[in-house]
Amino acid sequence: MVSLAQRPLTSAETIGYGAIGLAAFLALWSALSLTGLVPRQFLPGPLEVVSRMVHLVGSPFAGATLPQHLASSFLRFAYGFALGAVVGIPLGLLMGWFRWLDDIVTPIFDGLRFIAPIAWVPFAALWFGTGVGGPILIIFAGAFPPCLINAYRGARFVSRPLIEAAQMLGTPSRRVITEVLLPASLPSIVAGLRVSAGLGWQSLIGAELIVASTGVGFMMVQAQLNISTATVMAGMLAIGLVGLLIDVGLRQVEGAVRRRRGLQ
Amino acid sequence: MDAIRFDGVHKAFRRAGIDFVALEKVDLAIAPQEFVAIVGPSGCGKTTCLRMAAGFEFPTSGEVTVDGRIVTAPGPDRAVVFQQFALFPWKTVFENIELGLRNKGVPKAERGDRVAEAIALMNLQGYETAFPHQLSGGMQQRVAIARAYVLDPDVLLMDEPFGALDAQTRVVMQEELVRLARRNPRTVLFITHSVEEAVYLADRVAVMTRRPGRIKEVINVKPVRVAEHWDDHARIEDVMDLESFVHLRTRIWKSLRDEKGSQDR
Repeated sequence: MVSLAQRPLTSAETIGYGAIGLAAFLALWSALSLTGLVPRQFLPGPLEVVSRMVHLVGSPFAGATLPQHLASSFLRFAYGFALGAVVGIPLGLLMGWFRWLDDIVTPIFDGLRFIAPIAWVPFAALWFGTGVGGPILIIFAGAFPPCLINAYRGARFVSRPLIEAAQMLGTPSRRVITEVLLPASLPSIVAGLRVSAGLGWQSLIGAELIVASTGVGFMMVQAQLNISTATVMAGMLAIGLVGLLIDVGLRQVEGAVRRRRGLQ
Repeated sequence: MDAIRFDGVHKAFRRAGIDFVALEKVDLAIAPQEFVAIVGPSGCGKTTCLRMAAGFEFPTSGEVTVDGRIVTAPGPDRAVVFQQFALFPWKTVFENIELGLRNKGVPKAERGDRVAEAIALMNLQGYETAFPHQLSGGMQQRVAIARAYVLDPDVLLMDEPFGALDAQTRVVMQEELVRLARRNPRTVLFITHSVEEAVYLADRVAVMTRRPGRIKEVINVKPVRVAEHWDDHARIEDVMDLESFVHLRTRIWKSLRDEKGSQDR
């Protein structure tokens, strides 16, 4: 029988269990590749992937080193993510405040947001090319919806007395948006940015697999053509690590906002 | 001219497809610098009265006027103190109190002086840079009262301001409000369901009927308070022991109880 009221784990235990999981994963991976159960060509071992990655840091592959590919991917991501936030957050706040705008935008938005960002690839390439513009559109398609939804929800669920308090203190109607709606929605917005960054980063790599002439995704496709599976895996590892770093960074921001607000 | 007037105020609304009459012909006139409390059974529409004076809601028919003007929108001439404080959690104590003055375009230096004055008035010195969530409920409500007083409003609208506080904090706040109201008299409309609080604080107490709410009777407390020197007692419990207080409280309580009885039957 498993008790529902389990004792909370100490942080040492949490780290320990995490290490066990990671070790088991690496052991299984090594076992599969080193015993030859799976051909090495199909599944390079962990050490091979890491050493390949180290190699790629110094020597170019597909026209650039791994850090250069990553930098070019990250720049695209930053543009698309910023665009998603700059458009999504104000639009979401305004939709939360003006009911008519909500009624105009919501049907279109709900219709479009279930189209996977990757499905925009053909048009992104057609309209904006495969350099910077095309991939930005695809990241935008991934990053924009969570920005909008969270700003909107934040604004819609602002406690009524806060708005009334601002009004009775003589805050002009349009300034209620910046004075109350935006700060009140900030915890929700920051949570949305985290989701948004994750989706944007994932969409970007997908986009680069198809369009682009630099970037980690492009590097991986070139590696695939050369049947260099270790390079492909090194790319996957790099994507995972950068994604994790982005999330950790935004989690710090989220934590700071919530602490300042007394929410934790 | 009356500071606040309710003239034949009728309020109907529709909830879940059912029509309710919340208020039925409410008439009440509050003189300048008078402190009037409204007591009534829950759901009688007393908060709705306050919200109409604030400009958050509007009568279905009849008129609500403040200083002779029909109320059309909320504004800093009618400062509101909410039951749940409604402080801005992202602003410090100082910034919360300052916002109304900033909206009025008061210069920065003068704002600083006036906020400091309001902070001193409500005994909030030392908490200027604290955030609301770092304060107790009683302290938060002091900030909310300071935020209202700093605007030097013609009218203060207090909607069960001590309803969310624990009993001891509540007593302290009641004593402070009496001190404040006698020293800086304002026109106050005070909503409560505590008869004792109403009798202790107000010049006049209006008793409302159960829904649809009307003003059943208005009891004049001030002449008794002045004649019996209630204000010579610093502590609320000493006032509450006075025969004149007990007499008024019982009278209002009976009036109110008749309303509650007919509702529960």
